[in-house]
Amino acid sequence: MYGWMGTILRVNLSTGAITKEKLDENLARDYIGARGLASKILYDELPPRTDPFDPANLLIFAAGPLTGTAATSASRYNVVTKSPLTGAIAASNSGGYLPAEIRYAGYDMIIVEGRSEEPVYLWIKDDQVEIRSAKAMWGKGTRETDALIRDETDDEAKIISIGIAGEKLVRFAGVINDRERAAGRSGVGAVMGSKNLKAVAVRGTGGIKIKDGAAFREAVLRNLAKIKSGPVTGEGLPTYGTAILVNVINSHGILPTNNFQLGEFAGAEAISGETLTRDLLVRNRGCLACPIGCGRVTEINWEGNRERGEGPEYESIWALGAACGISDLELITKVNFLCNEYGMDPITLGATVACAMELFAEGVLTVEETGMPLHFGDGQGLLELTRKTAMREGFGDVLAEGSARLAEKYGRPELSMSSKKQEYPAYDPRGSQGIGLGYATSNRGGCHVRGYTIGAEIVAAAVDPLTSEGKAKLLIDVQDFTCVVDSVGMCLFTTFSLGVDDVLPLLNAATGVDYTTESLLQAGERIWNLERLFNLREGLGREDDSLAPRLLQEPLPAGPAKGNVVELESMLNEYYQLRGWDNEGRPTGEKLQALGLG
Amino acid sequence: MSRTLVIDPKLCTGCRLCELVCSFKKTETYNPARARIRTIVMEDEIAFVPMTCWQCEEPVCQEVCPTGAIGRDAATDAVLISLERCIGCKMCMMVCPFGNIQSNGAKEPVVKCDLCGGEPECVLFCPTKALQYLPADKFTLARKKRIAEKFRSILEEVEW
Repeated sequence: MYGWMGTILRVNLSTGAITKEKLDENLARDYIGARGLASKILYDELPPRTDPFDPANLLIFAAGPLTGTAATSASRYNVVTKSPLTGAIAASNSGGYLPAEIRYAGYDMIIVEGRSEEPVYLWIKDDQVEIRSAKAMWGKGTRETDALIRDETDDEAKIISIGIAGEKLVRFAGVINDRERAAGRSGVGAVMGSKNLKAVAVRGTGGIKIKDGAAFREAVLRNLAKIKSGPVTGEGLPTYGTAILVNVINSHGILPTNNFQLGEFAGAEAISGETLTRDLLVRNRGCLACPIGCGRVTEINWEGNRERGEGPEYESIWALGAACGISDLELITKVNFLCNEYGMDPITLGATVACAMELFAEGVLTVEETGMPLHFGDGQGLLELTRKTAMREGFGDVLAEGSARLAEKYGRPELSMSSKKQEYPAYDPRGSQGIGLGYATSNRGGCHVRGYTIGAEIVAAAVDPLTSEGKAKLLIDVQDFTCVVDSVGMCLFTTFSLGVDDVLPLLNAATGVDYTTESLLQAGERIWNLERLFNLREGLGREDDSLAPRLLQEPLPAGPAKGNVVELESMLNEYYQLRGWDNEGRPTGEKLQALGLG
Repeated sequence: MSRTLVIDPKLCTGCRLCELVCSFKKTETYNPARARIRTIVMEDEIAFVPMTCWQCEEPVCQEVCPTGAIGRDAATDAVLISLERCIGCKMCMMVCPFGNIQSNGAKEPVVKCDLCGGEPECVLFCPTKALQYLPADKFTLARKKRIAEKFRSILEEVEW
């Protein structure tokens, strides 16, 4: 095959069986790869209502047909499984070097099933695959694990690992690769922990074959020029990283502050991309083949030591900062480093601590439960709870369940800022209606990267963020295109400068398949609908396409979006209609037929 | 005037696009293990240095080659290995002080950068200009100017 490597590696940790399967060409064409193809396999193979921590759950590391090529920012893979946080499908995305290494080793994806009796790691050297003991790494952080495993295998190996949070089944544990990159959301690291799988080490020395090399090279050069000349991808992200958004979003009055009680944060400047660049930035870092290089290599002075790492990104700065009322950027950076070390999602962590802070302010939580006073703005409290959560120690054991279970436990479920039990990211949807509908309909729960309407509503200011009109259509287009981008293995950030017609020639030249604009977007739509079918089968429905009551009932108190709530009901009705779904949010037979899902 | 491939590690973001496009040009597959250029990633400092053949004025690889397989391209000044004459002894690889001649298991016994005949693919794709292919005097002048600017600001701070 061209583009695709043509082989799926399957490892059963219960039996120790290691098999290599031929990739079905029709499936590859219809579901592309990465997020799409792995979701299809999960849908076909996972028995309905399987507990996410049951050995029967699958954990899939899946790259796309462009991953590892020179296509701009085609560094990505997805970690796909049933989420222990949401009970819905999880597809968590990460870049770096590791995803491409899976392909150089000869595979499009690695499917892990079953559960090992003892801690193990996988060692994949091209076609040689071994299950090895990870007893020496169990309990270690992701950096140390990375180093220990490269010592045992090959210094050139690229490593996927979990930290203590994944081992302890923290419901929002992530999977770390290349020491600093994270498939952070939806608890994919906890599923890895439940399988006693500490790490996957990969070294590949093979190449990716391209059907039409000259056409592919031309397409890469064209896209490279577009990325370099785009204002966001050529200027904003390289100069300030994703944190450029702190001031932008705050100026629109939608930087959620103190658990979404406010949309403006007085400490925004102190945690902005500009401040990060001035005070902490060492250099920019790019994932494989990425001309944007939004990664931030940063250094802090922490208790007399200089600590160097990567990040924090905009979302982490917000969750560990504004969401908790914290404006100490060095502390936020330290907590972000710890999240990488523990393998834990900083968005859900920060949002869960913010929820606890509001419960504390309401008097629902007291020092008796928390073991410490917990006020908005308490950075030391956040730091302490980060460690305790990863270790499931004391009150951290409650936080490790996420904000929905926390708020539910204390009788105030409305104070969890989440949909489908996954916490929202850093945009108050009361001032950007489309993203509100996006949070509600996201197949993996509260999330910004399933349908980033913020690009059109705020960054490009192409549409009025305050109106709900036309947002269902906008969101559907973004959701479907995002499915394509995630499935080919490119980074979503390229979409600030590239459209479907820029991805199309790359994919066709690489694979030799004759996709058209329409058939490619239809593949995106097919993937979205398949994820929906997965969730429906798991028992989710219209009542789960909702938002926290605060966003629907409490108008934003101040700022440019003052007085607004999310007009969800009308947008959701329109969304279902445009999607070809019935009133309960189920795809109609006609729609399924049209997508080849019937 | 001949040109020189110059690197600026300060501008390198570690994206390794140079390795990808190099391997594609030379092997028609995307495969960094077959690239003639290599970005070294320093894990703890999180720093990046692209490394490739510097086309030495007095190449020790050429000196040790027992079959005279290594010579210089008249047009580009690149140091080239003739596959017809090469017997695969790998002495050149052993003596290169920079580790920039590789034996990577491909059909050629050893490979090195040949400057793509004067149009280095890595330079064309490098998104940050960490790699450039310039006349030597232009490179040194550009650096002089950059450093001169720093000198000026320092010297002007002091009142004489």
